[in-house]
Amino acid sequence: MKLSTYNFLTSMAIKGVKVGFPLKLTINKKEVVESEFNPTFVERMLPKLDWSAVYGAAQVAELTDDIPAVQPENIGENELLMQKLHHLLFEIDVLEGQLECPETGRVFPITDGIPNMLLNEDEV
Amino acid sequence: MANWRKFILWFAQEHVDFRVQEFESLVKMFGLQVRLLTEQTMKPFWVVEFRDTDTALQYASRSISLRAMFELYAHSNKLPEFHQRLRNHITANWNTLVEYFRVESSFKIVVETYNKHFSQREKVEKIESMDYLPIEGPVNLKNPQVEWWYIEFWGLNPTAVPAEPEDIMFGRLVAYGQRHLIKELSLKQRKFIGNTSMDAQLSLLMANQAMVRKGDLVFDPFVGSGSLLVSAAKWGGYVLGADIDYMMVHARCRPSRITQKVREKDESIRANLKQYGCADRYMDVVVADFSNPVWDPRISFDSIITDPPYGIREAMEKVEKKISLKANTRSDNMVHYPSTSHYSLQSLYGDLLVFAAKHLKLAGRLVCWLPFHSEDYDPKMLPQHQNLILIANSEQQLTGKTARRLLTYEKCSEYSPTEPFLGSTTQLPTLSQDFRDRYFNNALESRKERRVRKAEVRKQAQVEMNARGKIPSDGRSKKRDLNKARFV
Repeated sequence: MKLSTYNFLTSMAIKGVKVGFPLKLTINKKEVVESEFNPTFVERMLPKLDWSAVYGAAQVAELTDDIPAVQPENIGENELLMQKLHHLLFEIDVLEGQLECPETGRVFPITDGIPNMLLNEDEV
Repeated sequence: MANWRKFILWFAQEHVDFRVQEFESLVKMFGLQVRLLTEQTMKPFWVVEFRDTDTALQYASRSISLRAMFELYAHSNKLPEFHQRLRNHITANWNTLVEYFRVESSFKIVVETYNKHFSQREKVEKIESMDYLPIEGPVNLKNPQVEWWYIEFWGLNPTAVPAEPEDIMFGRLVAYGQRHLIKELSLKQRKFIGNTSMDAQLSLLMANQAMVRKGDLVFDPFVGSGSLLVSAAKWGGYVLGADIDYMMVHARCRPSRITQKVREKDESIRANLKQYGCADRYMDVVVADFSNPVWDPRISFDSIITDPPYGIREAMEKVEKKISLKANTRSDNMVHYPSTSHYSLQSLYGDLLVFAAKHLKLAGRLVCWLPFHSEDYDPKMLPQHQNLILIANSEQQLTGKTARRLLTYEKCSEYSPTEPFLGSTTQLPTLSQDFRDRYFNNALESRKERRVRKAEVRKQAQVEMNARGKIPSDGRSKKRDLNKARFV
């Protein structure tokens, strides 16, 4: 799972959960998959992102030196930060780990890089 | 500056219903200025006027239906008139055409006769009938600098070929369409396929319908083996998928190839994208149930391309609340696979349209297939939503009684959660939970009858073959043995 996907996953489907975001991320095994830097694509993603979850992901991935805690203005003009965002969001692949619902503590496992967001029949 | 030029578009006579819609989608996607001069869009040759040559090339750079495109010199339905027009065209446009006729430029003339066969000799005669062409360059059949095509169109019906050709055309080859991708992305060579993988041609057509552009974010909520992601990524889209089937998404389900007993370790959707050089645009796949929301409302897709399960080859499933849960069947640390229940086509499409209305960007497109029984098709049965307009709808015949339609919706207004759902999710009984039921149980002949009938046909064929003294090739029994070996 890439950390861009993490920015959009919620546990709101669980019965009784209101927001279900951000999920608590634990990384047990990760991999860096190099991919071509596409500034236009990163820029188009920017307004959709939740910065607190971007920063949260950076904390778990131990990249807080690269990513500021508060979203700076005019990121599009800051080429270096754009590249670092690209690295954080599109190149780090969580292979093993888990996502935890902030309200109920329900754990969604990540195996082979694929998060399993399925709920059990008594949870929906 | 506009420099309008006429072109011949030569289409593959396959999925004819889809070609007009693909043309319209590409014209809209590139914002092309174009005039269609052909009325009969079922014919494989169209005459189209593009604003300039670049515009025409843009179209050819994406079209899957297009075989090739020619700059039109002349066309007519009568031979003498055709030759007169060709002469006139060359004289009138000599300034722009002269470069192709110079001594330095080697050439080749191809004769294409549609729906009527001519011998090589007759074809040469046709070329020689144009001896007035002021060609000075040398012939080069292998690698010519200029390729001219002489095309005769003899109708579409092979059993009633007209006495005279319906159209005679002459033009210079400008570009080929993208049909080479059909072979390049063929399922036969693909690393990971499933039972319902969409063939390369249709999935490329779907991505064109969805107007996937470079840098788009494309989502498939019923991703399966990711065949629709492949074509979207091929056109430059960044792709994201979800599916309820854990084994499928992890490529651990039973292999779909007859020659394969177990899945290979490195099979995955990502491996498919890597195979075609699109690994950079693989975002993620997620195991998730479409009937329960997983995605934050912030996410917005440029397009959603999907082929939902019809219940024939893949089950329609969702996780559902069960009332009587036995207390002792599950402990907290046990891996649990939730039981799934039937997800009717009706509610599935309802959910899909609402999802698209919520998560598409404005003017973003939803492209999906809808199965139905041919006899009860009625445009009214198509699902609707107030934030989406249906802009294309073309049919593909499946079996004798069933067909599916490729529906293209465009988001025309913002979704508002407080606004009540005004659309319809098809209230007619047709597109219903019983698509599967009718498919299997109400066929004209049962599967057993069909098997018996086919066996008899085969037996008869064998007898005839023996009578002719031909030794039967063992392809079928080879296949059977292979299949047997698989279940040992």
